[in-house]
Amino acid sequence: MFENVIRPETLDTLAKFGINAGIIIVKIAIVLGIALLHVAYATYFERKVIGHMQVRLGPMRVGPHGLLQPIADGLKLFFKEDILPANSDKPVFYLAPVIFMAAAMVNLSVIPFASNFVIANINVGLLFIFAIAGMGVYGIFISGWASNSKYAFIGGLRSSAQVISYEIAMGLSLVGVMIMAGSVNLSDIVKAQANSVFGIFAIPQIIGFVVFTIAAVAETNRTPFDLPEAENELVAGYHVEYSGFRFALFFLGEYIAMFIMASLATVCFLGGWTIPWYITTVLPFLKYVPGIVWFLLKVYAFIFFYYWIRATVPRYRYDQLMAIGWKILIPVALANLLLTGLVKILL
Amino acid sequence: MEQLERVLETRELNVSMGPQHPATHGVLRLVLDIDGETVVKVTPYVGYLHRGIEKLGESLSYFQALPLTDRMDYVSSMTNNIGYVNAVERLFGIEAPERARFIRTMVGEMARIANHLLWLATHALDIGAMTVFLYCFREREWILELFEKICGARLTVTYPRIGGVRNDVSQEFLDSLYKFTEEFPTRIPEYETLIDKNRIWLKRTVGIGVISAEEAVNWGLTGPTLRGSGVPYDVRKYMPYDAYDKVEFDVPIGTEGDTYDRYRCRMMEFRQSNNIIRQCIEKLPPGPVMADAPKFTLQPKDKMFPITHPTKKHAFYIDEKVCKGCGMCARACPAKAIFGEKKKPHKINQELCLSCANCYVTCKFKALKIVPGGKGLSEEKLRELAAAPLPEEIKNAAGHLVEHFTFVKRGPRAPEGELYVATEVPKGELGFYFVSDGSGKPYRMRIRAPSFIHAGVLPRLCVGHLVADVIANIGTIDLVLGECDR
Repeated sequence: MFENVIRPETLDTLAKFGINAGIIIVKIAIVLGIALLHVAYATYFERKVIGHMQVRLGPMRVGPHGLLQPIADGLKLFFKEDILPANSDKPVFYLAPVIFMAAAMVNLSVIPFASNFVIANINVGLLFIFAIAGMGVYGIFISGWASNSKYAFIGGLRSSAQVISYEIAMGLSLVGVMIMAGSVNLSDIVKAQANSVFGIFAIPQIIGFVVFTIAAVAETNRTPFDLPEAENELVAGYHVEYSGFRFALFFLGEYIAMFIMASLATVCFLGGWTIPWYITTVLPFLKYVPGIVWFLLKVYAFIFFYYWIRATVPRYRYDQLMAIGWKILIPVALANLLLTGLVKILL
Repeated sequence: MEQLERVLETRELNVSMGPQHPATHGVLRLVLDIDGETVVKVTPYVGYLHRGIEKLGESLSYFQALPLTDRMDYVSSMTNNIGYVNAVERLFGIEAPERARFIRTMVGEMARIANHLLWLATHALDIGAMTVFLYCFREREWILELFEKICGARLTVTYPRIGGVRNDVSQEFLDSLYKFTEEFPTRIPEYETLIDKNRIWLKRTVGIGVISAEEAVNWGLTGPTLRGSGVPYDVRKYMPYDAYDKVEFDVPIGTEGDTYDRYRCRMMEFRQSNNIIRQCIEKLPPGPVMADAPKFTLQPKDKMFPITHPTKKHAFYIDEKVCKGCGMCARACPAKAIFGEKKKPHKINQELCLSCANCYVTCKFKALKIVPGGKGLSEEKLRELAAAPLPEEIKNAAGHLVEHFTFVKRGPRAPEGELYVATEVPKGELGFYFVSDGSGKPYRMRIRAPSFIHAGVLPRLCVGHLVADVIANIGTIDLVLGECDR
């Protein structure tokens, strides 16, 4: 019936485009749904893990073993009063949590969760993540500014300084991976690892991996680098004036950022959805396990590591944090880069 | 150009930390001037928890002021009580029996452990180590349960009393306490492995808030805050009270006077206190737990109340000829057993009467008669018996009862004079200064609270450091605002 209006070729293209768009929308829905569920249960997981490390039980009341706790928390946050400080810069105050969470969420689009399951398989994947993660700090900074509160302001300042400093170290630590893989496409990096001698880049790039792990903790404002929201110094840092659902957006963004960093570690250092060939040679039946399982297991392990750190160590001081970033991590990452480059040239 | 310079004038950011702040241990308010992250000026403001305990003490009898001391340093109320009762005993010139003194030493050291546990928990939490907090609370809970076992209260105990302690300890309690002293030394390394060897902890505490021995003495610091600077001053050692001269212990001191040394001092005190408790249990002598000083202490109940205690068999009867119908007895009766019209003789409903003798004490006209063993008799029989003279012992007992009533109402009369008595509480030297004019209430009660004096040293410790160090410094001087503001 459209023959008279649109030429058949155009219709064909349109149909293809529509199908593609439909597939992408379905993928986005799956990823978003799963990611949000993960975030909700990451909080539960965190409280349980830390609880047991601290000789207590964690949430136990809502549902069996407190399993419905995240849902109750979410509902509570949703129905809380949305308090707006009288002297705040209102449009910016509204915008900040949205920027923060959007920046965290967008990153999900380039993470390859399994072979061929990635929303946008773009060739600048790694750089894209850096660019967008850098955007997230705007959310933090302007929330600190717009709240018109001194604590939030200090938190915002600390956070910007910290994220900018540690982004350098993190970027440098990942350049080694880029050199070894010869690509910045995240799927290609995973494939390059599967074909490499060790199966994962974490072994040849061990220095880079350590630097990345430390920088990832700092980047997501987690203990021992949680200075921007240091509870005991700044009460809550940049989001001290936020309440209700706006606070929930910050919270959500923070946990998604944690998942992004864990996924990045998985993709760039731990072999993504693949497992090293020497393991499958010894235990061939592991080949039949779907790739997404390996991916998630690695991410969970990394997230568990975050929690473990949080339960163990005290917090650094601001100047010490900067000293670690600039005087230790960046030189070490540079040395690693040099080493990787030399090895690449010589081989 | 000149214009521009004026516009670009900068000044420090003025931050009010507290009184509502998670790290100021209560309602301390610090006004910080910060230049970037560096602290330029600190002004502590105290008094948000002021309840006028010193002034209240002037209008209450010596007995009644004792529970107020619980509310000062609510973290270790036992040691406050001990400080107060020691001072009052010295004022009265009485001495607690040996057993009571050992028990006081024992519970005092328990309170010291409980206090240091809370200090370590919050200090570590302030610096960011969350797990230590819960480990410490696990052991603190154990001690509080032991307190509950000994006197029924967990925090505001009021267990030590003027002239001794409230009640004797049971063997069961001593056994469980001994078990605690065996278990506790194995728990201390658990905290230490988490923080003591931790590089971040060392970075956050070594060289922070340094104060030299001389300066520390000049600022009036006491307790572990002073000993961290290397001054071995401990009231328990140099002016022993209770049973501290009969137990062996060391006074741990630091060398550098920084946050880390003060932390080490308190960690060593855990072990010393544990040791003292153990010695007290082993050396605990038999005997009474209350001094035999009827003028200053409440005597055992059966000695005090032969009329009402332990038998409740006496009946009371109102003599119609004497009763003026003032109604005072009806007001005093807790059971509302007395009835009657105004200005006409009242009557007692014998079924409701509790034989508490409140009416007997209240009556100004001596209209009330005691009928020994008259409970359950008829009205006529009571009237008949009431006319008969009282047996001698009951006559004296009635006198005792009146005496006791006035004693509790007015309180023991202290001799005239003034004195200052210091005791070592976990935070430092807690001193009580009394001026007595010979009445049942002190003319002036002044408390030297270590927290108040330690709050004063905060600017000296914080200026020049970073904001995060302010938190570490608040933790290291071990502040409790209830005691600071009083």
